[in-house]
Amino acid sequence: MRNNTENSKNTKEIIKKLFKYIKPYRRYLICALLLSVITVTFTLWAPILMGDGIDLIISKGNVNFSGLKKIIVKIGAVIAVTALAQWLMNLCTNKLTFYTVRDIRLTAFAKLEKVPISYIDNSSHGDLLSRIVADIDLVSDGLLMGFTQLFSGVITILATIVIMISINIKIALIVIIITPLSFFVASFVAKRTFNLFQAQSVKRGEMTSHINEMITGQKIVKAFNYENESKKKFEKINGELETVGVKALFFSAITNPSTRFINGLVYSGVGIFGAVSAISGHISVGQLSAFLTYANQYTKPFNEISSVITELQSAFASAKRVFEIIEAKEEQSDNGLHNLDTIDGTLSLDNVSFSYTPDKPLIENLNLDVRKGERIAIVGPTGCGKTTLINLLMRFYDVNKGSIKISGKRITEITRRSLRQSFGMVLQDTWLSKGTIKENIAFGKPDAADEEIIKAAKNAHAHEFIQKLPHGYDTIVSDDSENLSSGQKQLLCIARVMLTLPPMLILDEATSNIDTRTEKQIQSAFEQMLKGRTSFIVAHRLSTIKNADCILVMDKGHIIEQGNHNELLSKNGFYSKLYYSQFEQS
Amino acid sequence: MFKLSRFLKNYKLQSILGPIFKMIEATFELFVPIVMAKIIDIGIYNKDTSYIYKMGAVLILLGLLGLVSSLTAQYFAAKASMGFGTALRSSLFSHINAFSHKELDEIGIGSLITRLTSDVNQAQTGVNMILRLFLRSPFIVLGAIIMAFSINSKLTLIFLLFTPAIAFVIYIIMSKTIPIYKTVQKNQDDISTITRENLSGIRVIRAFSKENHEQKRFAETSDNLLKEQLLAGRISALLNPATYVLVNIATILIIWFGGIFTFKGAITQGEVIALVNYMSQILLALVALANLIVIITKAQASAVRINDIFNIQPSLTDKNAVIDNVTEYSKNIPVIEYKNVSYSYYETAEKCALKNISFKVFIGETVGIIGGTGSGKSTLINLMPRFFDITEGEILLNGNNIKRYTFEALRKNICVVSQKAMLFKGTIRDNIKWGKNNASDDEIWKALEEAQADEFVKEKGLGFEVTQEGKNLSGGQKQRLSIARALVAQPKILILDDSTSALDFATDSRLRKTLKQNNKERTTFIVSQRVTAIKDADFIIVLDNGEIAGIGKHEELLRSCETYKEICNSQLSKKELD
Repeated sequence: MRNNTENSKNTKEIIKKLFKYIKPYRRYLICALLLSVITVTFTLWAPILMGDGIDLIISKGNVNFSGLKKIIVKIGAVIAVTALAQWLMNLCTNKLTFYTVRDIRLTAFAKLEKVPISYIDNSSHGDLLSRIVADIDLVSDGLLMGFTQLFSGVITILATIVIMISINIKIALIVIIITPLSFFVASFVAKRTFNLFQAQSVKRGEMTSHINEMITGQKIVKAFNYENESKKKFEKINGELETVGVKALFFSAITNPSTRFINGLVYSGVGIFGAVSAISGHISVGQLSAFLTYANQYTKPFNEISSVITELQSAFASAKRVFEIIEAKEEQSDNGLHNLDTIDGTLSLDNVSFSYTPDKPLIENLNLDVRKGERIAIVGPTGCGKTTLINLLMRFYDVNKGSIKISGKRITEITRRSLRQSFGMVLQDTWLSKGTIKENIAFGKPDAADEEIIKAAKNAHAHEFIQKLPHGYDTIVSDDSENLSSGQKQLLCIARVMLTLPPMLILDEATSNIDTRTEKQIQSAFEQMLKGRTSFIVAHRLSTIKNADCILVMDKGHIIEQGNHNELLSKNGFYSKLYYSQFEQS
Repeated sequence: MFKLSRFLKNYKLQSILGPIFKMIEATFELFVPIVMAKIIDIGIYNKDTSYIYKMGAVLILLGLLGLVSSLTAQYFAAKASMGFGTALRSSLFSHINAFSHKELDEIGIGSLITRLTSDVNQAQTGVNMILRLFLRSPFIVLGAIIMAFSINSKLTLIFLLFTPAIAFVIYIIMSKTIPIYKTVQKNQDDISTITRENLSGIRVIRAFSKENHEQKRFAETSDNLLKEQLLAGRISALLNPATYVLVNIATILIIWFGGIFTFKGAITQGEVIALVNYMSQILLALVALANLIVIITKAQASAVRINDIFNIQPSLTDKNAVIDNVTEYSKNIPVIEYKNVSYSYYETAEKCALKNISFKVFIGETVGIIGGTGSGKSTLINLMPRFFDITEGEILLNGNNIKRYTFEALRKNICVVSQKAMLFKGTIRDNIKWGKNNASDDEIWKALEEAQADEFVKEKGLGFEVTQEGKNLSGGQKQRLSIARALVAQPKILILDDSTSALDFATDSRLRKTLKQNNKERTTFIVSQRVTAIKDADFIIVLDNGEIAGIGKHEELLRSCETYKEICNSQLSKKELD
C-alpha cells in the first residue's frame, strides 16, 4: 500500500518534470487531444449512419433510395472529417513527440559537459549511453505516443458506452459486462508470462555474456584448444534458453487468441440478444448492425490500453533514469571568476590532500614548488598517484585540502577554461574525435591554417603516415577507427598539442604507444616544445625523463624522493633501484 | 531467409501444422458474418427465436473452435521458431569457432557478437511471425472475397477493386517510409557515437574547452534526426486515414449497390451486412500484413548478415594433419625452423608483412625478437601455432611441416601469451586451468610462482572471482596470470609476445630469470620493444619492415646491425652501450 502511494507520487513527479519539456509545444498537445475527440466521435458515428442506411434496405421492392442517398452523402462527409482529423492528429502527435524528445536529449547531453569528471568516471559509460540513446527513445515511444493512444482509447470506450446505452440498454449491458473479461484475461496471462520472460531474459543475458567472452577471447580459445569446452557450455545455455523460451513465447501468445475469443463471445451475445430484440421490435436491423460493429471494435481499445500500460510503465522507468542525469549535480560554476591572463609559468602545491573515496587516502600533504620553465618528471609504481596529480592540476578533480596555485593564483579562483587552455595535454589513452585528420589536429585551434596544421604534423612526425592514407589530411578517423595504429593515434594527439603550444605542458605517458625509434625521432621536436615551458612528464621509460630538472618519485600518494637524475642515483634509494632494475643482468 | 530454413528441418511437422491450424482458425472466422446474415435474414425475418438461439450457439462454437486451433498454432509456432533459433545459434557458434585469426580480424569481434545475439533473435522472431501470420492474412483476404462471391458475384467487383487499392496504398506508404527509417536509424547511430565519444574523451574535450562545440555538434545531429523523424512521421500519418477512407468508400458502394440488388431481390438485408463485415475483415488482415512485412524486412536483413558469416569458410583447417602428438624432441633437429617464410595479409597486397624469413632454433634456446611498431614481430610468431598460414616457404616443428600436425597437437606444444592479457569470468583457478584441464592446485601454484604472480594471488586466493575480461585486476596482474595460464600447460615452446609490458622493470627481469632457470628443456621466444628484455637471449632477430635486419647475439648486433644500434641508442645510456 505504502509502496503504491510512493509509486504514484514518483509518477506524478515525473509527469511534472516531463511537462516542463512539453510546455513549449503544448499547442500540439491541445490540438492532438481535441482532434482525438473529434476522430473518435466521428469514427463511432459512421456505423450508426450505416445502420440507418441498412434499415432503408428492407427487402425485394422495398428500398428507400432517396433516403439512402441522403444518408450516403452524410456518411461521406463523416468519413472525410474523420480522415482529416485523424491525419492532423497524427501530425500533431509527431511534432509534440519528436520536438519534446529532442529537447530532453539536448538537455541531457549538455549536462554531460557540465557534471564533474568524477561523475563520468564513476558511472558506467554503457549505462550513461543507454540512458541518452535508448531510454529517451522509450520515453518518446511510450510516454508521448502511448499517452495519446491511452487518451483516445478511453474516449472511445466512454463514447461507445454512451451510444450503446442510448440505442438499447440491455444489449449495451451485455457488451459492457463481457468485454472487460478480455482485460482480465490479458492481465492474468501477462502476470504469468512476466515471470517466464524474466527467466528468459536472465538466460539470454547468460547467453550474451558467454558469447561475448568466448568471441572476444576467441584467439585465446584457439591458443588453448578450448573450442570444445566453450561449445559444451554454449550448448548447455542454449538448451536451457530454448526450454524457457518456448514457454515464454507460447504463454505470451495466448493473449491474442483469448481476447479474440472473448471478442467472439461479445459478438455472439450481441447477435443473439440483438436478433431477439429485433423480433420484438425493440431495435432495428440497422441498429443491430451498428451494435455488431461496435462489439467488434470495442475490445480493441481495451487490448490497446493494456499493452499501452505496460509500455507506459517502462517509459516511466526510462524517464526516471533520464531525469537522473538531467538532475545530476553540476560542477561549481565559473561565473564571476577571472580569466588567467598573465601566465608566468610558476606553479605551487601547498599541503594538498586528495582521495577519490574518503576511506582510502591517496595524496596527503603534498608540497611542491615549480619555477618557470622547469621540467618535472613523475615516476613511481602503478597506482602511486601520478595520474591523480594531473587530474588535480587540470581541475578535473578538486583537492580535498590545501591549494594549488598557478602564476600565484589559486586555481579555484580562475575560470576552468583559462586554466585548462594554459596547459597542453597528451595522455596515454589516445582519443580522437570523429572527423578528418585535419579537424583532429586543429581540435584546440579550429581556425588554424592548413600550413600550420601540416607544420604541426611534421613536427610530430605524423605527416609521413598521414600522406600515405587514402585521403591524406581529409581521411575520416574516429576513436575506434581501425585504420590507425595506437602509435599513429598518439602522434596525432602530439600534433594536436604542437599546434596550440600552450605555456605549460602535461605529458602523461605521451609516447607509450610509439616505438622507441620514432620516439627518438620526435625527441628533438619535443625538446623544442618543452624549451621555456613548464612541463610535467609521467613516463614508464626512465630514459625519457633523465633530463628532467626535477624528478618526483611517488609512492602511495607521497613524494618519497625528489631531485635530479644524478642526485637521486647517488641517494641509492627507490629511484636508483628502479633505474638499475632496467639493466639488471639475468 | 530461405537459406536459413534448413534449421527448421527438425521441426518440419510443427512448421507445417502451425500455419495449417492458423488457417483453420481463419476459416472459422470467415464463417461468422455469414452465420450472422442467416440470423438476420431467417431468424428475424421469420421471427424464429429458436433458430436464433441455434445459430447463436453456432457462433459461440465457431469462436471456441477458433480458440483451440489458434492456441495449437501458437504452440507449434513457438516450438518451431525457438527450435530454429537454437539450432541456428548453435551452428553459427560452431562455424565461428572454426574461424582463424584472419577471419576474426576481417569481420571484427563486435560484429560477430551482434550476429550471434541480436541478429539470431531477429531471425527467430521473423520465423515465429511468418509461421503465425504470413499465410493467415492472405488467406483471410482471399476467403473474404470468395465468401463475398458466394453471396453475390457482381458486388464482389467492389472487393476486387478496393482490395488491391488498399494494398497499393499500404505498399506505397511503406516503400516511402522504410528507406527514411533507415536514415533515422543512421542518425540514431550518430547520436550514440557522439555520446560515446564524449564519455571516453571527456578529459581531452575539457582540456581544450570544447564543451560548447560538442554541444553544437550534438544539437546538429539531433536536428537531423528530428527532421527525418518528422518526414517519416508525415508520410506514415497518412496510412490510417487513407485506408479508412478507402474501406468506407467501399462500404458506401456496398450499401448503395446492395440497396439496388436488394430492390431487385438478388440479395437480402442480412447479406448486405455480411458484405460490409467482410470488407472490414479484409482491411484488418491487410494492416496486419503490413506490420508483418516490417518484421520480416528486419528479419531478412538479419538473415543476410547471418548468411554472410556462413558463406565465409575458415581459411585454415587441419584436415590433412597426420601427427596428433609430439613425443620426443631431438637435440640435433631444430625445434623450430623457418625456411624462406613470407606472409602477406591480403592476397593482392604488393607489400608483404614478412619477407623471406629463415632461422633455426634448438631446444632450450631463448630467442629475442625486436623491431619497431609494424615491423612484423607479432605476425612472425603468430604463424608458428598456425593462427595464420604462411604465404610462401615452410615452418618446421621438430623437423615436420607444421601443417602436418593437428591444431590440438600444434597448439599444445606451442603456447603464445599475447600482449593483451585476456581473462575470463570465473575464479583464478578456473582461469589457470585453461592451460591444463586437470591441473592440481600444486601445479597451479608452481605456475603462479614462476609467473611472479604467487604473491598477489596468495592475498586474493585461488577462488578469487575474476570478473568479465578481468576488469577487477590490474594490467600487470592480468599479464602475469595469463603467463601462468600458459606455463601450467608446460608447452615445449613458450612465446611471450610483449606480454610483460605492464610489469615494472624489476618484476619483469625477475620473471625472465626464473623462466630461464626453471626449465632448460623449454624453448622461449620473447618479443619486446625493450632492449633489456631480450639482450641476454641466445640470439636476437631484429625485424625491420617485415625483413630480418640482423640476427645474432647482442654484442654482435651492436657491431653489425644499424637498426639494432638505433634501437639501443634510443633506450640505453652511453655507459651501457660501451
